[in-house]
Amino acid sequence: MIDYTENIRKISGDLLKNGKVDVVIGYKRGTLPGINEPFLAKTPEDAEKLVWDSQCRLNLANYLTGRKENVAIIAKGCDSRNVVTHIVERRVTRDQVTVIGVPCTGMTDKNKVKQLAGGEILELTEKNGKITVKTRKGERSADKSELLQSNCANCLHRNPVINDIPFADPVPEINTARNDDEIKKIEAMNPAERWAFFDDLLSTCTRCYACKNACPLCYCPTCFVDESQPQWVGKGDDPVDVRTYHTLRAFHCAGRCTDCGACEAACPMNIKVRLLTGKLEKSCYERFGWEAGLTTDVRPALDTFTTHDPEEFIK
Amino acid sequence: MKILHIDRASWDKGVLASAETYQLTGPVKEKDFYEFKDLKKGEMPDMSGSDTRLSPKALVFPKSEVMITFSTDPNDPECNIMKETKKEYPKRAVIGIRPYDARALQLLKLNFDNGDYQDPYFLKAYDAITFVGLAVNQPSATDFSTSCGTGPFDEKGLDVLLVDAGEEGDYFAKIITPKGEAWAKAAGFTKEAGSDAATRIEGMKKAAEDQIVSTVAFDKIAKKTILELFEADHWESTAFACINCGTCTYACPTCWCFDIQDENFGTKGVRIKNWDSCMTGLFTMHGSGHNPRQYPYQRTRQRFMHKLKYFTDKYDQGIMCVGCGRCVRQCPANIDIREICKTMNK
Amino acid sequence: MENPYVPYPVRIDDISIATEDKSLKTFRFVFKSPEDETKFSYKAGQFAELSIPGLGEIPIGIASSPTEKGFVMFTVFKTGKVTQYLHSMKVGETMGIRGPLGNWYPWDTLKGKNILIIGGGFAFTTLRSSIKMMLDPANRANFGQIDVVYGARTPGMLLYKDELVEWEKRDDIRMHLTVDTEAPNWNYHVGFTPTITEKVAPQASDDTYAIVCGPPIMIKFTLPVLEKLGYKNDHIIMSLENRMKCGIGMCGRCNIGRELVCKDGPVFTLDQINTTPKEY
Repeated sequence: MIDYTENIRKISGDLLKNGKVDVVIGYKRGTLPGINEPFLAKTPEDAEKLVWDSQCRLNLANYLTGRKENVAIIAKGCDSRNVVTHIVERRVTRDQVTVIGVPCTGMTDKNKVKQLAGGEILELTEKNGKITVKTRKGERSADKSELLQSNCANCLHRNPVINDIPFADPVPEINTARNDDEIKKIEAMNPAERWAFFDDLLSTCTRCYACKNACPLCYCPTCFVDESQPQWVGKGDDPVDVRTYHTLRAFHCAGRCTDCGACEAACPMNIKVRLLTGKLEKSCYERFGWEAGLTTDVRPALDTFTTHDPEEFIK
Repeated sequence: MKILHIDRASWDKGVLASAETYQLTGPVKEKDFYEFKDLKKGEMPDMSGSDTRLSPKALVFPKSEVMITFSTDPNDPECNIMKETKKEYPKRAVIGIRPYDARALQLLKLNFDNGDYQDPYFLKAYDAITFVGLAVNQPSATDFSTSCGTGPFDEKGLDVLLVDAGEEGDYFAKIITPKGEAWAKAAGFTKEAGSDAATRIEGMKKAAEDQIVSTVAFDKIAKKTILELFEADHWESTAFACINCGTCTYACPTCWCFDIQDENFGTKGVRIKNWDSCMTGLFTMHGSGHNPRQYPYQRTRQRFMHKLKYFTDKYDQGIMCVGCGRCVRQCPANIDIREICKTMNK
Repeated sequence: MENPYVPYPVRIDDISIATEDKSLKTFRFVFKSPEDETKFSYKAGQFAELSIPGLGEIPIGIASSPTEKGFVMFTVFKTGKVTQYLHSMKVGETMGIRGPLGNWYPWDTLKGKNILIIGGGFAFTTLRSSIKMMLDPANRANFGQIDVVYGARTPGMLLYKDELVEWEKRDDIRMHLTVDTEAPNWNYHVGFTPTITEKVAPQASDDTYAIVCGPPIMIKFTLPVLEKLGYKNDHIIMSLENRMKCGIGMCGRCNIGRELVCKDGPVFTLDQINTTPKEY
């Protein structure tokens, strides 16, 4: 398997050297084991700092919005779909962006890695699809496939859908259909059970908005939670306001979400917010056969209509 | 200073005895993480959970706190007259707080008792608490508390310092203040430790401090001018990864920014103090629409300038950080205050 | 322990429309408890938080002078949630005031000195407080020459017009009123405030201080004029505005560098402002 990091460094360095792009959005090595820091490379020297591994959990398309210069972006499958969405929603132009597409075999779930370690992780190494963590008590290893984030385990589009510099062979897709088991469990609950479930799910939310801020879709100049004339959502920890925030945000992402998992990766309280967005994406898929960000030729499902749209509600 | 020895059985018995006259507060596991919560009758603090997810600052500075109540009913003779919400501040024993978290509360106090004004909600809550701290035997790799004027065995801000006495569940208890003495008495802890206790504690303290691998230096930051640090050209790239979510500010034991909001329920209303974050877009937004910190990197810069420079200059108590490492561990984008301190301290 | 978050209840005693476009109204408040008025003893330059239960608070410069007893006066611009509601309130209604907050113009330093006051638009409120205080017979002898340059877009946008005209007639104060463009029945200057300042301002001296209060654009063009006239930065006094909530130096919102505008300010010398980040 080729070394992604080496290739990314070379490609980015070349793009910056020959002036094709002004900046490259990627990751550099983090200051802690098991995390990488999103990084804007501006020079060929900067490009030498770029890295890629299975701990690149944030969606780099989040850093693309509103950029005015020529920008290259290292994009895994889901990220690339958000680049497409950005182009469709006119956050950037197609000409501006050079996608360095990365066929992705998934990112590790930070909590599964923590569980594997069973203590403070002092070092994390990844080699040939195996993750090894070192704690004060010793070392433990596991196959990456056992540690995947759930969105990665269920991923339908591991290969970038838009790719200007395909440096690596595509990886085999591991799923052909959506896995909505978690959503279906909730759908099977009666209203009282569902209410209790969501109450519990959101009970530890601190309204830090890490989920919203990590999401490439959330780029509104003034988010609805920040409106003050009139004020739509309270700012305290009243469960009504917490629920309003999460459900409304999920609806705003409906038909646009690529299930990249950045929201859950960012959440400091480990809240499974994808249970909300997942339901809406399942809905879009079932009703309109829609998956977000696959091509720049089509507008998002909730942005347009056709005469073939199902309309059972008015029959 | 008196040092007591508390064996496991006495610990359980004594803590519950002190519950007769103190509201006990200690680490409680809530879903994935520990937080400091008021303990129910008969409930013991989980002493393995002292390293809480969010800092214990909510004990004196709650996430959301009603300060003022009022009626907006035009038929009420007291309509629109705002009154302090009556609250009880029963005597409390907070058990198992880490030394640097207790030190952090002292730094918070500098803000809430600032020489001209006093925040009664903070101060009454703070004064009602007896802090029974638990020393850190094994500092995390992200613990840089010794660089920040505190440390794994620091006594500042504590009334009692508990140190693992070796045997499972046994403690040495260093009685630091009369408040600590009163709690120990209420718990019935009277057995004085052997004459070697002080030396043993010193030894454990040194061993813990030796394990600290993370350090920060801010001597040069102190010498530079504010404008020099503020106008340095690294900020946009330093802050690139930051998504301005505010997780750091909520987890941080020394962050104190808050918002004041009114909420109405029919003809009754309240004025609430909520945690707020300088990282958010609205924080400095003027009514006119002008925002002096319009760009996210300006807000990221503000946080670090405040913590590492403005506070240092203003209070002469070192930096506004106790080195607990929560922000470093919890930041989704790996913004690391230690790295930023290094950059500013060049 | 005094609770600095709880406002003094006040009754709205008088409301008048302050500008021709009705965007500003002047309110007179009377404290419901006389002891509160005593506690609210203030100096010219300070501000207060006007507090409307259920909506919020707004930091507004105190327009009345400490020499005016029995009431406090504020002129408020309608711009947001709270000010909108305040503008719709009626005489006799109750609300709250917290304060006095902030520091004041450095009256100790200004004793015996010549004062040049430059105001623009509706930033004139604390300047009215200052002028009224200085002109009071008990205080006038404490100050040298007083010049006031005050400009607005049109005559109808000048605050406290009646008082301005009265002051203009006095011989112990030199008023230089101006409007941006020619206007019917306007007998005074025409031109932007910075331009008029350049024309009429006294030369700089160790004994002359300038107090400047106005919108950012006016400040931007006035400061170079003062510099040209030789005013040193520690002789130029300004009152800043910033987003505020607590007003008592605790919520951390209004800082410029290490100074909190609500507590270390809002009055600063230009010297001080030049050594801090301009985040206001």
